[in-house]
Amino acid sequence: MRTIIDWLEHRTGIESAIKSFLYEEIPASAGWHQIIGSMAVFFFVIQVFTGAMLAFNYAPTPGEAYNSVKYIMTELTAGPLIRGLHHWGASMMLIIVVLHMIQVFIYGAYKKPREATWMMGVTLLLITLAFSLTGYLLPWDNRAYWGTVVTTQIASQAPIAGPYLLRLLGSQGAVGNVTFSRFYALHTVLLPPLTIILIAVHIYLVRKHGVAPAPGDTAPRRKFFPEQVFKDTAGIAVAFIVLFVMALVAKVPLERLADPTDTAYIPRPEWYFLFLFQTLKFFKGPLETVGSVVLPGVAVLTLFLIPFIDRGPMIRLGKRTFAITFVVLAVIAWSGLTTAAVVTTPKNQESADDTETPATETPEARPPSAAASPAAPTDNSQAPTPGAPPAAATLAAWQRLTPEELAGLAIFKKQGCLGCHPGAGQKGIGPDLTRIPAAHRNVAFLVPHFKDPSKIVPGSMMPPVDLSAPDLNALSLFVLTLTPQNEARLLAAPDFVTQGALVYQSNHCNACHQIEGVGSTLGPALDGVGLRHDRPWLEKHFADPAGVTKGSIMPPYKFMPMELDAICKYLLQLPKRA
Amino acid sequence: MDVSPTRRAFYIGFINGVMGLIGLALAAPAAVYLLFPPKVRKEADWVDTADLSTIPPGTPTEISFERKRVDGWTVSTQKATAWVVKKPDNEVIAFTPQCTHLGCAYHWDDPSHTFVCPCHTSVFSIDGKVLSGPAPRPLDRYMTKIDAGKLAIGPVEPQA
Repeated sequence: MRTIIDWLEHRTGIESAIKSFLYEEIPASAGWHQIIGSMAVFFFVIQVFTGAMLAFNYAPTPGEAYNSVKYIMTELTAGPLIRGLHHWGASMMLIIVVLHMIQVFIYGAYKKPREATWMMGVTLLLITLAFSLTGYLLPWDNRAYWGTVVTTQIASQAPIAGPYLLRLLGSQGAVGNVTFSRFYALHTVLLPPLTIILIAVHIYLVRKHGVAPAPGDTAPRRKFFPEQVFKDTAGIAVAFIVLFVMALVAKVPLERLADPTDTAYIPRPEWYFLFLFQTLKFFKGPLETVGSVVLPGVAVLTLFLIPFIDRGPMIRLGKRTFAITFVVLAVIAWSGLTTAAVVTTPKNQESADDTETPATETPEARPPSAAASPAAPTDNSQAPTPGAPPAAATLAAWQRLTPEELAGLAIFKKQGCLGCHPGAGQKGIGPDLTRIPAAHRNVAFLVPHFKDPSKIVPGSMMPPVDLSAPDLNALSLFVLTLTPQNEARLLAAPDFVTQGALVYQSNHCNACHQIEGVGSTLGPALDGVGLRHDRPWLEKHFADPAGVTKGSIMPPYKFMPMELDAICKYLLQLPKRA
Repeated sequence: MDVSPTRRAFYIGFINGVMGLIGLALAAPAAVYLLFPPKVRKEADWVDTADLSTIPPGTPTEISFERKRVDGWTVSTQKATAWVVKKPDNEVIAFTPQCTHLGCAYHWDDPSHTFVCPCHTSVFSIDGKVLSGPAPRPLDRYMTKIDAGKLAIGPVEPQA
């Protein structure tokens, strides 16, 4: 072993470089209060490591990001732990960086000749915030999307630079593919090496000027290793245990897939930005820029210039009452604003695992039309015999669908929608259609979405559905009937029923007839028609209505044999309305 | 001002121990995360393919079919193929279409009555046994079953 080390030392000088780093002399007054800088570096290393691990299973496109994060969280062993370490590590890193700054500020360690070290530290704080901001978008859930919408809009308010900033962030128009790519590139490509370089420069400057001694410290200096390294390690160990426990115990949020049309969603930033979020509420109208840009800008500038504002010599901690008071007030203000933001912002009800009560009427919510008894059927596997309308109490879920909804079900099956939306509780590429957000539970959203999915939901991988307007409408109406409870039972509708409903719809039978109370009353209602007539009668009637029913104004219909079979079977099973 | 040798040894032991434990606490989950297979998602195990009567007996026939493939976070329907051999007693063998050497697609060579891999000239008999070349094992097989005259193809048989 020694031979290898000697060889390496001879060729690279690495051993002496490490020794020179470790045996640097530090003031005798250095101690526990100076462990936080090392902890910040340690947390950066944790973030790099866990970030790389996540990247092994993360798809950096809006179309797939959410699903890949879900895959990490639900299907990979230790996936939630790795994401937890990264998520909570980001928060802890920020806390530690801020604590490091507070310590340096209170001790006045930014004073001459350490101004550049301080300014480099402020830059590293801003970079840490940039990491948080850019990483926030990457799960591409509603929380990420809407948080970023607000952030980019704040950036757009900057005087003069606003539009350019917005363009730089790729958010002109809306947060979408370009924003996502730029945030990802910043988070994983640009910021990490920049941070490494700045940390190196920061440490170089610390070494160049030496660790700041307490005023009046004239005791003999000592080595950095092993005593101070021991203290740093102890601090790191405690922080790591806290992080590990949090990653194991605290659930990392993953809400529903980003939905730009979800008007019910209340955006909120990560907890450390809540104070800004709250501050903005105090500035209305033209003054909004003051809260969003001017105040934060002044705060950052002040932080940078502190060494030039406070130019006096270093004094003992006990005499730095102004600095201590300033920090205490800042912490109180931050805590107050954060608490106010938490208390006053209503909570979003949704999460990826939430069940949602559909806003629109569903077949099971409807009273059974023919029902003497309102009991809902529990087993719909029993397909009725064509020509034998069922008793009211045995109505299947699909028998409460209107012809248009049933036609939509036929289209749903024909289009292979189940391939991507396999149903409640099953994993598919597309979202669970039984849990469509309330804001989307209407035909006005669904039809344009079917026509051009990615235009309505940026990042959607769904192919456009090329159908006529009536078919799109029928498909939408059917999708709106789906709930986790009824989906399987609706899909169990026999093909002759759905195909028959499709024939009924495509021939506009509802222009004269009613089924389930839907349609015109020009002709007789067709509910329970199987109780009045049989199949031969129906077939004859379609061929020559006036010949079968005297005075009928119904035009003759010449169906293809399959169509005739389907519509006859469909009509004959229709239950009677009460 | 140097620390005593005992204290120094304690410090160094502590530093090494803590850093080792942290390294382990990160490396172990990372190894599990990267190496453990994902929790199994249900795939359609069996796919109906061809009508048995359309497969000529004694001559390998390449059939194609569609099967679901779970690939990370996506499930897609992909085209798959199999070389199917129907024996005179109607027993059916379905070989996976890759050579067991390096995964090249092989083909049936009628004159020599063998399967030949064009990459490194592995040669297999009609029942999949290695006749020559670098292939390390016989051709892999899909599980098969015949249901109402139709050939259903299932997962790849585990290697013996």
